[in-house]
Amino acid sequence: MPKAKTFQDLILTLQNYWASKGCLILQPYDDNMGAGTFHPATTLRALGPRPWRAAFVQPSRRPKDGRYGENPNRLQHYYQYQVIMKPAPADIQDLYLDSLRAIGLDPMQHDIRFVEDDWESPTLGAWGLGWEVWCDGMEISQFTYFQQVGGFDCDPVCGEITYGLERLAMYIQDVEFVYDLKFNEDFRYGEVFHQAEKEFSAYNFEVADTDILFQHFKDAEKQCQELVSGNKKLALPAYDQCIKASHTFNLLDARGVISVTERAAYIARVRALAKACCEAWLETEQGRYTPRFG
Amino acid sequence: MADLLLELFSEEIPARMQAGAARDLERLVVGALTDRGLLFEAAKAFYGPRRLTLVINGLPIRQPDVSEELKGPKVDAPAAAIEGFLKKSGLTREQLTVQETPKGKVYLAVIKRDGRPTADVLSEVLPECMAKLPWPKSMRWPQKSNQPVRWVRPLHSILCTLDGEIVPFTFAGIGSSNRTRGHRFLSSGFITASRFEDYARKLREAHVVLDAEERKAIIFEGVKSAAFVHGLEMIPDEGLLDEVAGLNEWPVVLIGAIEDQFMDVPAEILQTSMRTHQKYFSLRDPKTGKFANRFAVVANMVAEDGGKTIVAGNERVLRARLSDAKFFWDQDRKTKLEDRVAALGGIVFHAKLGTQLERVERIEALAGEIAEKIGADMKKAKRAARLAKADLTTGVVGEFPELQGVMGRYYALNDGEDAEVADAVRDHYKPQGPNDRVPSDKVAIAVALADKFDIISTFFAVDERPTGSGDPFALRRAALGIIRILLDNRISLLLQPLIAFGRRSLRRSSATAALKYRDEAVPYVLEEGDTSFKKFEILWLNKWGPIGDRLPTHEEILEAVLFAIPDTEPVIFVSVRNVSEDGFAPIYEVPGRLVADETQRSSVLVLSKDDTIAFFADRLKVALREKGTRHDLIDAVFSLGNEDDLVRLVARVEALQVFLKSDDGANLLVGYKRAANILKIEEKKDDQRFDEPVSLLLCTEPAEEALANALYNALPIINDAIDKENFAAAMREMSALRAPVDAFFDKVKVNADDKAVRANRLNLLGSLRATLHQVADFSKIEG
Repeated sequence: MPKAKTFQDLILTLQNYWASKGCLILQPYDDNMGAGTFHPATTLRALGPRPWRAAFVQPSRRPKDGRYGENPNRLQHYYQYQVIMKPAPADIQDLYLDSLRAIGLDPMQHDIRFVEDDWESPTLGAWGLGWEVWCDGMEISQFTYFQQVGGFDCDPVCGEITYGLERLAMYIQDVEFVYDLKFNEDFRYGEVFHQAEKEFSAYNFEVADTDILFQHFKDAEKQCQELVSGNKKLALPAYDQCIKASHTFNLLDARGVISVTERAAYIARVRALAKACCEAWLETEQGRYTPRFG
Repeated sequence: MADLLLELFSEEIPARMQAGAARDLERLVVGALTDRGLLFEAAKAFYGPRRLTLVINGLPIRQPDVSEELKGPKVDAPAAAIEGFLKKSGLTREQLTVQETPKGKVYLAVIKRDGRPTADVLSEVLPECMAKLPWPKSMRWPQKSNQPVRWVRPLHSILCTLDGEIVPFTFAGIGSSNRTRGHRFLSSGFITASRFEDYARKLREAHVVLDAEERKAIIFEGVKSAAFVHGLEMIPDEGLLDEVAGLNEWPVVLIGAIEDQFMDVPAEILQTSMRTHQKYFSLRDPKTGKFANRFAVVANMVAEDGGKTIVAGNERVLRARLSDAKFFWDQDRKTKLEDRVAALGGIVFHAKLGTQLERVERIEALAGEIAEKIGADMKKAKRAARLAKADLTTGVVGEFPELQGVMGRYYALNDGEDAEVADAVRDHYKPQGPNDRVPSDKVAIAVALADKFDIISTFFAVDERPTGSGDPFALRRAALGIIRILLDNRISLLLQPLIAFGRRSLRRSSATAALKYRDEAVPYVLEEGDTSFKKFEILWLNKWGPIGDRLPTHEEILEAVLFAIPDTEPVIFVSVRNVSEDGFAPIYEVPGRLVADETQRSSVLVLSKDDTIAFFADRLKVALREKGTRHDLIDAVFSLGNEDDLVRLVARVEALQVFLKSDDGANLLVGYKRAANILKIEEKKDDQRFDEPVSLLLCTEPAEEALANALYNALPIINDAIDKENFAAAMREMSALRAPVDAFFDKVKVNADDKAVRANRLNLLGSLRATLHQVADFSKIEG
């Protein structure tokens, strides 16, 4: 099997592979978020009885991880590839291993291991059991059976797989510095993103106006609460506000203006929003059970 | 006789849970079978990343038949009673037998129950056992069953046979079979097996080593011989070996190289990084002990290229890991430890006990005190204590908390600190466990003791004691550490003053904290939302009484805090009283902990009663139990209340133990118990204690006078011996009391008719009691 030679080959191969397994190939969500699990196609669709299968790339923002473009593998903006399957198929581990074969990681040449690593997102009130997947000692994916989201049981349980695309590509391309990755045959990753890493690191750590951000947080929180109050039950617009609040909190955290004790309180506030959105979602047509072909 | 083979095949089980799960499975199944009369010859459980296997040999193929006798009514009982009995026993009247009893003839039902086939019993109990298996963390997953169960990860198949035949049952929607799978990559398709030997052999062919012990041996030997090829040896690591054996079904040892650029990073960092993140074994040069630039990785794979790709991949990952570690190491050395101390003020040690800096200041002062007492260099001890926690702010310790202390030593040496100080920074955490080294350098001893006494006395002061279920702050370990340091180094130190020291420092620092905020609004915040408190009075125990219905001044509070109470009293140094309009109101004591508002502005602290000494006594019993020291003797010596020098205490206990084994000792104990019993009864009767001096004039019997003289002569000698810490001599002197005591009880009636004579005899027994209590509280001694 040929290796995915470039960064975009890797993405295209995964897209094709998971499409062939019946996944909807969705596009990235258009809000800043810290991980693919924040995409409503994961957070909200993990809940409720309806079957769901989706795969997508999600740009992930981790303001605190910015290193002004100087660190070999830390980025404040990177790509995750996320697969979510509900109910989790019995052979989901095999499906995953086949995806590795598809991108050119042959388990007969490598040492692939499933090492205990349970996932928890305090901001989403979510947790699951699973593993980090190791290839020759390197973590290349996170594999989780979701048990709860927003404090609600996932029933049926879904399986979720996250590939860290840059890290995986660095391994496949045998590159030590992320900016040296071939994005395609003509462009390097650095040409696409290095400027952004420098600028956003400065923004995240030094420049972002914290008064404005504090106000953003409050506004998003207020709007979110309003959208799920009374009989409105506008779960999806409300959840957008929850995502915004979460990212705003991450920015404030990167600016170093949130103390240790406040930190826990902010996380609890976002969790309360996520919980309210999930609750509202479970009341919607898509979140409730309605026969699929009826 | 038949053998049971059970295998539960699942997705990857966390390594740390496998052994426990195998043990639990065996315990549950064995218990269920034994309860049902199914006894067997042997049981053994196996575990690995994807399977738990249980083998039980020598089971009967049926349960034994049982017969049960049921006593019924008399033969001439009313018909209804007999009918009822028939119904109950399920027999007809013809099947009943008649038995002669003293009460007459009664019916007897002998109910025979045929044993069920073992396979049927297994079908029933195995799913129950599996459902009961207590995983530390378990999950749900989509199951073809109406009654979903939880397991550690999704379960895929169940192999279960008895005597070669499938035992049919269903669990998690999975029917049992005689099929399983081999290695995830090195085999394909199913394996069919009905008996254990066949099963184990086929698994091996399918690249699965079933027995974790065998996998461990393969890894151990593999690393050893691979290292040997490079002229190296393995640095033993039992815990890592266990873990790695739980990550492999078919372990293959490979050797990789560490790049030279990392070799000047301290070996502990390299080893910890490789162990924690990558599960690699570290190697060393057997001649010099020097850390080697090679590592051993255990793959779960026989790769087609002989492992070249795997080694290259692992080396790459390690390079990234060690680059991080090296970066921290280089960064950390740019700031001196001394300059890091201030930053400890920003790290909360514990909500009730303030910051790490406050803790360091307490330890520093205490280390100075201890150094003086044990003849260590006081300046060095205080310096080491000052720097002891500074490495907590370094990058390396942030990444690898287990390197605290070790890194502190490196940074101290790098800063040009004295070598003894640097060693003490590292060793002050020791001993960490029963197998850890006990510090022997005096400076290190002073700091190690100060650290441990501080943690114990302050956590006890704010009522954070270890409980039966938990010891989150490792206070037991700290106490054991103190005990070992004192006993191993034969250091005589009184515990009580050192515990008091920690409590005093705690009060001083909270008082200072209160003073620091003197200009802030309210110096004291009560916890339970006491908005009714408009006016305050302050009371403290040695100046009992209100100071007036005004807010106390900070000076008054400081005085209260610093000089309030003797340390052994239940300490309530400040109570705040609500002075309501109608005069007297109840006293509200602030809950026994430091209460601070969100801004950390103010605090009120109530220290709880000091029962630390009892805690030490308990720990000492645990520590000495292994040496065969009797716990009741430790109690007997501890409860005198005047002995808290552990070295002396242990010498006393040991002498006592030898003494009680002797004939004289055992007999004297009997005599003591007799005396104590009589005293207990008579003192209760008379409502007085008999501890008056004995009058020789009132002695009427020779045996009585002899005992009085013996006690009179013995007491100064015993006291003198104890003063000189010659406990053996004290015991010898007590031996001499045996004969007069025996003679006294033989010849003398204690409760004489003459009141004065009786009282004198009781006083004589009281005097015996008091004399023996010079050595130990004999009433605590068992037997």
